Amino acid sequence: MIKKIFFQFIFFNFFFLKEVFGAESGGMPQLNPEFWISQIFWLTLTFGTLYIILSKLILPKISANLELRKSQIQENIEAAEKQRESSESKLKEYDQIILKTKLKAKNIFKDARDKALKDINSKKEVLDNQIDDEIKKAEKEIELLRKGAPEKINKIAIETSSEIVKKLIGADINNSSLSAIVEDLTKKSGDKYYGS
Amino acid sequence: MAANPMTQFEVYRIGPEIKIGNFDISFTNASLFMVISSLAILIIFNLGSKKNSILPNKIQLLGELSYSFVSKMINDTAGSKAKPYFSFIFSLFMFVLFCNMFGMIPYTFTVTSHIIVTFVLAAFIFIGVTIIGFIKHGFGYLKLFVPSGVPIVLLPLIIIIEIISYLSRPISLSVRLFANMMAGHTMMKVFGGFVVSLGIIGGWLPLSFSVALTGLEILVAFLQAYVFAILTCIYLNDALNLHH
Repeated sequence: MIKKIFFQFIFFNFFFLKEVFGAESGGMPQLNPEFWISQIFWLTLTFGTLYIILSKLILPKISANLELRKSQIQENIEAAEKQRESSESKLKEYDQIILKTKLKAKNIFKDARDKALKDINSKKEVLDNQIDDEIKKAEKEIELLRKGAPEKINKIAIETSSEIVKKLIGADINNSSLSAIVEDLTKKSGDKYYGS
Repeated sequence: MAANPMTQFEVYRIGPEIKIGNFDISFTNASLFMVISSLAILIIFNLGSKKNSILPNKIQLLGELSYSFVSKMINDTAGSKAKPYFSFIFSLFMFVLFCNMFGMIPYTFTVTSHIIVTFVLAAFIFIGVTIIGFIKHGFGYLKLFVPSGVPIVLLPLIIIIEIISYLSRPISLSVRLFANMMAGHTMMKVFGGFVVSLGIIGGWLPLSFSVALTGLEILVAFLQAYVFAILTCIYLNDALNLHH
């Protein structure tokens, strides 16, 4: 119901408006040439002034501002790039220094090791020589002792035999005959006792 | 407030009548809004270009964005050869845009809703472009009317069509802007009239239409200024880089 009234209202209003427009309408004011010359004149004046001021004063400034900003940003980027490059080269230098130092340290270590080894070797040699000398001396002594042993044993054998004979028989026996017997025995089975 | 939607386009004298010879060049409401628009443009862009900081403030950003917007538009449509005409197209775009936008404020006058204003601008562009074309290419500029790759039988017809389309450029350019502005403002006025005549019960519908139309008209105001400027660029492109 309300809807119907509403649309009827709108519909009748069209007639109403048409009457109002019809009463006042004198066509389009745009086509009335009364102020054409005035509009052309003022358009030329304002637009001309606008154009001259914009093109001579304002737009060059904006353009310069934009250019300046662009160049500044470019410069900053370039500076940053340069700094990056320099830092990179410094990093490389640093790496090289580290590498060189490492090599040097290795060399020093190697040298020290070599030296120590040489030292040890020379000392070892000296010690070895000493030990060899001692061993030789000892061997010589042993040899000497060994060489002297049969004679001593023979002597002891002769003495003990003569003593045993004296005790058993109660008679002195000629030492020379005894030694002959002992020597004979030694020759027979000396190897068994003394080795070769 | 008059009920006639056309009264808003009426031009009337402000102040005394000024005459030079037989010509009446009195200051009118149209002149007033031309002056206001120009002054607004000058003030905004002067403020926008005064200080140059690396991080621009709002008004500087506005100026620089408009600068690069128009610059990009010209570069895209007319190429780098159109650089000397940048300030003209920039002023044209800004002038039309500001006139359109000022017209969107209630009780103001829309300068661009008058055929004579848009026609003078369009005729100036047309004559200027034609002169530039003839200076750059001599009589070779007439090749614009002879498209390549057209069969010879069709050529006379095509040439006539091309000439007519070329000559109708100022008319189409001016009427497009003028008609858009006039139609939009008339429509808004009509809907506004409905709000009043339908009263408190039925007025809400046309009121909501009116609100929506305001948004649309602001869009149209920008779009028509853009179209006006970009068509100027296209005509300039024809004159500068002749390849049809």
